[in-house]
Amino acid sequence: MTEQKAKLTFKDFKSDQEVRWCPGCGDHAILNSIQKAMAELGTPKEKYAIISGIGCSSRFPYYMDTYGFHGIHGRAAAIASGVKVANPDLSVWEITGDGDSLAIGGNHFIHLVRRNISVNLVLFNNEIYGLTKGQYSPTSKKGILTKTSPFGTIEAPFHPGELVIGAQGKFFARTIDTNVKLSTKIFIEAGEHEGASVVEVLQNCVIFNDKTFAEISDREVKEERQIILEHGKPMIFGKNRDKGLVLDGLKLKVVKIGEDGITEKDLLVHVSNENNPGIHTMLANMRWPNYPVALGVIRNVSAPTYDQAMVNQINKVKETSKIKNMEDLLKSGNTWEV
Amino acid sequence: MSKKNEVIELEDVVIRFSGDSGDGMQLTGTLFSDTSALFGNDISTFPDYPAEIRAPLGTVGGVSGFQVHFGSNKIFTPGDYADVLVAMNPAALKANAKWLKPGATLIVDRDSFIEKWIKKAGYQEDPIKEEGLDDFNVIQAPISSLTKTALKDMGLDQKSVLRSKNMFALGMVYWLFQRPMSYTEEFFVEKFKKRPIIIEANTIVLKAGYNFANTIEAMKTTYMVTPAKIDKGTYRNINGNQATAWGLLAASEKSGLDIFIGSYPITPATSILEELAKRKDMGVKSFQAEDEIAGICTTIGASFAGLMGVTTTSGPGLALKSEALGLAVMTELPLVVVNVQRGGPSTGLPTKTEQSDLMQALYGRNGESPVVVMAASTPADCFDFAFEAARIALERMTPVLLLTDGFIANGSQPWKIPSMNDYPAIKTRIVKEGSENYMPYARDVETLARSWAIPGTKGLEHRIGGLEKDELTGNVSYVPETHENMTKIREGKVARVVNMIPEQEVLGEPEGDLLVVGWGGTLGHLRTSVQEMQTDGKKVSLAHFNYIKPLPANVKDIFSKFKKIVVCELNMGQFANYLRIMHQEFQYEQYNKVQGLPFTTLELKDKFTTLLEK
Repeated sequence: MTEQKAKLTFKDFKSDQEVRWCPGCGDHAILNSIQKAMAELGTPKEKYAIISGIGCSSRFPYYMDTYGFHGIHGRAAAIASGVKVANPDLSVWEITGDGDSLAIGGNHFIHLVRRNISVNLVLFNNEIYGLTKGQYSPTSKKGILTKTSPFGTIEAPFHPGELVIGAQGKFFARTIDTNVKLSTKIFIEAGEHEGASVVEVLQNCVIFNDKTFAEISDREVKEERQIILEHGKPMIFGKNRDKGLVLDGLKLKVVKIGEDGITEKDLLVHVSNENNPGIHTMLANMRWPNYPVALGVIRNVSAPTYDQAMVNQINKVKETSKIKNMEDLLKSGNTWEV
Repeated sequence: MSKKNEVIELEDVVIRFSGDSGDGMQLTGTLFSDTSALFGNDISTFPDYPAEIRAPLGTVGGVSGFQVHFGSNKIFTPGDYADVLVAMNPAALKANAKWLKPGATLIVDRDSFIEKWIKKAGYQEDPIKEEGLDDFNVIQAPISSLTKTALKDMGLDQKSVLRSKNMFALGMVYWLFQRPMSYTEEFFVEKFKKRPIIIEANTIVLKAGYNFANTIEAMKTTYMVTPAKIDKGTYRNINGNQATAWGLLAASEKSGLDIFIGSYPITPATSILEELAKRKDMGVKSFQAEDEIAGICTTIGASFAGLMGVTTTSGPGLALKSEALGLAVMTELPLVVVNVQRGGPSTGLPTKTEQSDLMQALYGRNGESPVVVMAASTPADCFDFAFEAARIALERMTPVLLLTDGFIANGSQPWKIPSMNDYPAIKTRIVKEGSENYMPYARDVETLARSWAIPGTKGLEHRIGGLEKDELTGNVSYVPETHENMTKIREGKVARVVNMIPEQEVLGEPEGDLLVVGWGGTLGHLRTSVQEMQTDGKKVSLAHFNYIKPLPANVKDIFSKFKKIVVCELNMGQFANYLRIMHQEFQYEQYNKVQGLPFTTLELKDKFTTLLEK
């Protein structure tokens, strides 16, 4: 694209509405990251359409001075699909949560990903229902005690990354609310990706599921328990940058540089644009304590998009069809004179 | 006895083609209808087929029928009872014998009237006798074996040979009514252009049937139905779903907005999606959604983004769309929802007709959630009402629910091709760039329609959503008085559509003993029965509704001039009950039918006669 980038700052994206999330909620930081990323992306403000479903996160559009649509529970992916297909020139973002996208809206979520419609889906994953005040969600860890699971849940959670890749997703990234710098960088990359992108944001709910990510996000432990993946860089982590990932048979293995003759050169190098989803799936599925949790852009593969394919198909048919307007259509096929 | 090849002139004839669902009866009926329309008759058709694609062979449940009514005068219905029945097997006879006129002509495939199929259909040994049809004009033709003989040198497999036996029957009927076969032959050439052998086989069998009928002694008489006196112009055959799709395309052209259709396949609405999917050349963005909910939600998204949003469905699908339809009410976006009604509840009777979604259309949502509700009444007028539905939606910024039904959706009739010059321009409420202080919920004082700012337009950034909102800014509002005001505004906006719809018309005298009231797809049958009673000197008139919410302004004036009012509908009385709410001052008699079938004019006339005598 040759058009000049709009000169905007994150402040240009703030609406006049008071932000009403709970003090200390992770959503505030995500809002900041997205506003920064949008300013950085340089797309004119009027080209942004932000679509949401229902839940705490879904109040998001009201706080953005862009076009926005606060939809109904679970259906943001469908609404966003319609917006993008109707006008591919728009930069369409979907703000959604784990209940919204993985429970009631699971069907639309996987089909948006499968079709590869250029929507940037930001999945606020707090592993709980916040707006309805504390019921377990499809991403809640098994056994969690909530108002609707007073004796603990008995069901296995979804891993969003696995679901995205299973639905033939081309872009999956993970970040954490508190790391605004990383989040901003990821949102920029998601915004630049053509096709559906899913960014899972590990988001702390201070009221109903506080510290659910503390074991990987606390200042003292996070460098040991998170790995930040960067395309083309070795998979290395740890406070002393002395740990890494290698492939051991058919699975990943954490190794320590310097032990057993391991050097940095032995580590896997992250290739986010590899079409084969094998390693990406393993990376997305890493869980503490067996593995560090992967943050960063795990998968970023280019593929034809639905929205562009539809434009191309329409243009092609228009070129060859004899029918250009209603008069042509009405007179086409079998007609007779009386 | 009449002499050989006597030609009898008839005003109108009803033919019913019936056979196994794999026998090709829909095609046979369609080819006969098209030929008759080209010949200049007025026609009306009624395909009646099972929900199963291939029900067990030879069973009554698997019988597929296609009825066509053609005549030298205006034809309004596919006819109650048949003059000619083609029954390809005993089950087809079993399913249709009760729809024969006394003394009708019956053409059966003698080769299929063997013990196995006779028993399967539930007969003892002689179906003709058991049905009491001995005195009818029964033609027992060896259709299967003659088809085999005709094609014996073609080198076709047995299955392909027998697949063309429907053309033998069609050939016989063509001879009986002295129809030209050229159109059908051209159809073969077009349809099977990649398989010349099939063109040849079908043509041979068609002619064999024609010649057989010409030769045998059993068919002594042929019938002539002369062309109807219809307006000059260019005509084509059209069914309701195609007309609906085309009416929407016309609205797209007149509004300058491309169509977005988000739909999920569902009988009997699917062919609207199919028809629009073909029209990429007219800019249609068709989106086959993952479910009914996604169908409407993608459409709402597309409407937000500035396209003409359309979603199509049938009863169960409308139920799934309810919540999202409420979102369209709340966000006040233009949206056309087409519901091709079928028998319900639940899966009900997917391929059969009914009018039982009226209450769902009017009230089937949470909250006070008004939408415009209208109904088309013939296959061809689906075009006009689809156009009007889109015009109202776009000019008044409201969802519009257009009801059709399986009967008119699948039924077809000749249609005089209109000129697009006769249709008005549709003035959308799109706001241009540069408008100062844009308020998304500021309204036109006359119509209460809000304006429409399209994402991408600089300076008009705004947010909408399903939460209650401030009267001007659209920002979320929980102020009690605001909610009440907004509720009244949304209701008022729909009510004011009354000033863009025509007054209700009355067919017949404006006053009398009995006013027949109907709506939607029953028009043909109601009109025919009312006109026949008028001819008999009865003071009966018809008020047939297309606009249901809002009702036309002059309903009270009309109703007050009749001694009795009877509301006839294919449900348990939904429109009657709606009228009891809207116009409580009148007494309403009811005539209802829920058999998955259209009315017959005979049963209607019986009811009207009883009411007049009471």
